[in-house]
Amino acid sequence: MLSKSLGGKRGSLVAILAIYIGLLLVAYLNSPNLGNFGITVLSGLFQGMLLFLVAAAMSIVFGLMDVLNLAQGAIFMIGAYVAYDAQHPGGVIDLTAVVPNNDVRFIVALALGFGAGALLGFILERVFLRPLYVRPIFQLVLTFGVSLILIELAQIVWGTTPNSWVEMFGVRENFFVLFGQRFSTYRLFVVGFGFVLIIVIGLLLKRTRLGIIIRAGVEDREMVQSLGINVKAVFTLVFTLGCAVAALGGAVAAPFLGAAPSLANTYLLTAIAAVVLGGMGSYYGTAIASLLVGLAVAVAQDATIGTSLGVLPSITPLLLLILVLLVRPSGLFGSSR
Amino acid sequence: MNDSAPVLAIENIHTFIGQFHILEGASVAVQQGGITVLLGRNGAGKTTTLKSVMGITPPSQGSIHFRGEPLAGKPSNVIAQMGIGYVPEHRAIFRELTVKENLQIAERKRGDLARRGDLIFDLFPDLKRLYGLPGGNLSGGQQQMLAMARALVPENHLLLIDEPSEGLAPVIIEQLMRAITRLTDHASVLLVEQNFRVASRLANDYVIVDEGQSVASGLIANLVNDDALIQRYLGVA
Repeated sequence: MLSKSLGGKRGSLVAILAIYIGLLLVAYLNSPNLGNFGITVLSGLFQGMLLFLVAAAMSIVFGLMDVLNLAQGAIFMIGAYVAYDAQHPGGVIDLTAVVPNNDVRFIVALALGFGAGALLGFILERVFLRPLYVRPIFQLVLTFGVSLILIELAQIVWGTTPNSWVEMFGVRENFFVLFGQRFSTYRLFVVGFGFVLIIVIGLLLKRTRLGIIIRAGVEDREMVQSLGINVKAVFTLVFTLGCAVAALGGAVAAPFLGAAPSLANTYLLTAIAAVVLGGMGSYYGTAIASLLVGLAVAVAQDATIGTSLGVLPSITPLLLLILVLLVRPSGLFGSSR
Repeated sequence: MNDSAPVLAIENIHTFIGQFHILEGASVAVQQGGITVLLGRNGAGKTTTLKSVMGITPPSQGSIHFRGEPLAGKPSNVIAQMGIGYVPEHRAIFRELTVKENLQIAERKRGDLARRGDLIFDLFPDLKRLYGLPGGNLSGGQQQMLAMARALVPENHLLLIDEPSEGLAPVIIEQLMRAITRLTDHASVLLVEQNFRVASRLANDYVIVDEGQSVASGLIANLVNDDALIQRYLGVA
């Protein structure tokens, strides 16, 4: 049993490595110079990290609570709007007068995005989800409904026109040159931020009591409760943190992607694909799958420029998902529970 | 609490699981510092009795008092916090957590594991060597020891232990029996055990459960000599 499980994990790692190498090879062969190759890889990492910011908490929440939060994309969008709004003169929150320094205001905007996500998550779990834990289908309908409401609310408050980030704090407009190509410093910042978050959440799961409770709860909630732990309170905390991380992701992405209602759905479907691909409830599986999907999309985008296959990048995550599920129905690192 | 009062008093409880009426009037008393064993055939309601005490399948009628306090309406985490440790059937070890983490998660106060470490490793010395291994890598006997050690991390007054000898080798059962006997220095025990030989050596008192009802109870020493009762309800000679 044990060797079988190890063999399974080893098999997954080999498969992932093979897919990564294959994608990198395609990326290089498609435009065989290091500059273009670097741009494709950075773009892949960037898209993968954005995906991870939505999918990470979705995976943890599903693993612990069996709740697939379809409002996660909308909360990502709200994070983007809140951060955008706080940065811009004339916004609802508008911090330009209170915090004149761009860089400091950006940090405050991220904190506000995080806080807005936490507040939404707390209300959603405590008021709406808690009575529905025994009705999984109702949870799906509820979170989907909340997603639609948040999109409508965003349009009422901020209008239907997408807001692009006009005036950015310094790093957004900076570029660095490598192999003769200009790379956006902000993309690199997002990639770095994503890696830091992967490590921070990983350490939280591995080293803290809350992390031990979450990992144990994924296996057997009833036993965790029988040990004297208030599992309902843990659910609230985890769901709140999960929404906060998604909103923080939106806030981090806003300088690049702007703030628009479409953000809610753009990342939701792809994030679900990443969660299923990684194995429902597997945090590291989701992280690896997010990066894999991001890279695959970037390679597909690069390979289809100037061709009639423009739809390929958007269906790439689903193609990858189908391919993996055919071989491993429980995803790359999922258990068969 | 009166010293002579039972640490756990279950009185005429009725418990449903879904539409099934599993317990139809079960009564059990566990004396302070004693081991009471629940005996009965498969499906008689022994495990459900333990789950009813823990609030996992709360009874719809009857009462359960622990150290004089009623447990009705309390969720299982609150019941556990009152000082009841639960060692379920099939152990419920967290397979992905290490032995250390399996013990740490049972702490109710910071430092519980450090305070109780000597007792735990004295009872189950093997666990020390397995400390860093995932629970899923342990053998059945080692998992049973870990499950019992986990219930000892906080200072519980009562341990509910379900089928500890199930599927284990005789040498491991002997080791577990010694440990359970020594546990009574620290807590009272309500034990579910199919193996009558094991049960008769461990327990002070017994309760026989049949079709959801407690049909006989008393000192285990008396039951050992009552072949008719044993044959009728337990089917062992």
